[in-house]
Amino acid sequence: MTGALALRLAALALLLAFLFDPAAFAPVFAPLAQHGAPAIYSQASLLDLTVSHLRIVALATAASAVLAITLGILVTRRAGAEFLPLSRAIVNIGQTFPPVAVLAVAAPLVGFGEAPTFIALFVYGLLPIFENTLSGLQQVSPAVMEAARGAGMGPWRRLWEVELPLASPQIFEGVRLSTVIAIGTATIGSTVAAKGLGEVIIAGLLSDNTAFVAQGGLVVGVMAVLIYDAMGAAERLLLRRLGVLAD
Amino acid sequence: MIVIEGATKRYGEATVVDDVSMAVESGSMTVVVGQSGSGKSTLLRMINRLVEPSSGRVTIDGVDVSTVPGPQLRRGIGYVIQGHGLFPHRTVAQNIATVPRLLGWPRDKTRARVEELLALLQLDPKQFASKYPHELSGGEQQRVGVARALAAGPKILLMDEPFGALDPIIRLKAQDDLKALQRRLGATVLLVTHDMDEAFRLGDRIAVLNEGRLQQCGTPAELLLRPATPYVQQLVGSSDRSYRLLALTTAAEAVEAGPAEGLPGIDGGATLREALAEIVWRDAPALAVLAEDGKPLGRLSLQAILARGRPQ
Repeated sequence: MTGALALRLAALALLLAFLFDPAAFAPVFAPLAQHGAPAIYSQASLLDLTVSHLRIVALATAASAVLAITLGILVTRRAGAEFLPLSRAIVNIGQTFPPVAVLAVAAPLVGFGEAPTFIALFVYGLLPIFENTLSGLQQVSPAVMEAARGAGMGPWRRLWEVELPLASPQIFEGVRLSTVIAIGTATIGSTVAAKGLGEVIIAGLLSDNTAFVAQGGLVVGVMAVLIYDAMGAAERLLLRRLGVLAD
Repeated sequence: MIVIEGATKRYGEATVVDDVSMAVESGSMTVVVGQSGSGKSTLLRMINRLVEPSSGRVTIDGVDVSTVPGPQLRRGIGYVIQGHGLFPHRTVAQNIATVPRLLGWPRDKTRARVEELLALLQLDPKQFASKYPHELSGGEQQRVGVARALAAGPKILLMDEPFGALDPIIRLKAQDDLKALQRRLGATVLLVTHDMDEAFRLGDRIAVLNEGRLQQCGTPAELLLRPATPYVQQLVGSSDRSYRLLALTTAAEAVEAGPAEGLPGIDGGATLREALAEIVWRDAPALAVLAEDGKPLGRLSLQAILARGRPQ
């Protein structure tokens, strides 16, 4: 456990060092750059790109989570049950459309930049959260729900104090999954001029500079792994507080 | 007193509870017996409005329950279900405090009440209050379920197969404990079971339900001596009805005057069924019935016991 933690801390330190002072790493990437091309992307600050990248991921995933969790709650109510197939169909379509296709459709409608990227990530992130919310809510034991009703809890209280806490491990898992998918997918946003790490990768592809592709890819990959683990740790902490996870 | 008048519940074509009328006296324990699908749980759930009757009505101390909002009504009625339904993400203390919290009790009062209930149900507060349900044995979970139902001091306790998930040895003890608790608290208990032995052990009165219809509601002795329908007769059984009848009377109730010296002793609180077993085992003509302090109350002969095991 401590070994794994040390590894992650080392990765984090390396990532931060690279983002704050990319030039220091030029010798590492130099062998990948050919014909005297620059080894480090310098058209924009890597740190700025990373922050923009994460910002759009956070915004899109938060929006997906709000809609998907709300939908999941609505269709598990008695009054909303008939909307379950419809909601499922809509959310599934969101996952079926490749984000690139969504970008292609959205860009002419809302213009270039962050807006179409946001839409693509938002739509793509709905399904994991929706399905996990659904299965989390549906697996709450009927005996527990009966006891909650029998004790005189109203529908809101049952949702807030019993169903959501007991479904939260799966809901968190869905959000975590969507976040990681979005971190990777957000790179394509650069094709419609959204600020992000995709810019570095695309610049590398266009100028045949492997060093750019590698540094863009590595930053995205390491970030995805670290954020996935950090969210996992935060999740366990929260679940313990909710009493859902035993110590 | 709970009065059920013409309660009927239909789901589409199916009539689950069919025109049931019965009354449950305050401070008594009434057991509703029936097979699965007999409508017994549905009948029970009509009392705390988890199910609304299609027709008929339920009153508690003269108040029609349909005039009280469901959640408010249920906070005043204890409810225990099979498999306990404890909240897995709450500690034992938090589980028990469910209804007091809903009622907005002050924290100190709630805490004191939780400790009182844990002690009442023979669970050491220090040891159990902060545990989670999954850390408890089946019997402990069941007792916490009862404590949770009793938390706000309801006068009525509804129990739906409360011992269904317990293994047989713990079940007997749990039944005895419940009976003692009910006597001590003077609570009105309506308990649903499919187990006829449980009904005879616990019930002051037994209501037999079959296919949604009430077959008979009466004391255990009435069911044995004057079964109202062939179904009841079949249910109470003819092979051991004498033993069941003997189990309804204590030795102290059947004691006779006469010399008791030299006879094997039996506790006055023991049933005649136990007394008979003692006579068979000891090969004695009679027993000395003893008071709680060990003094003889009188004697109990085999003939006297046998006479109580048949219609008089």
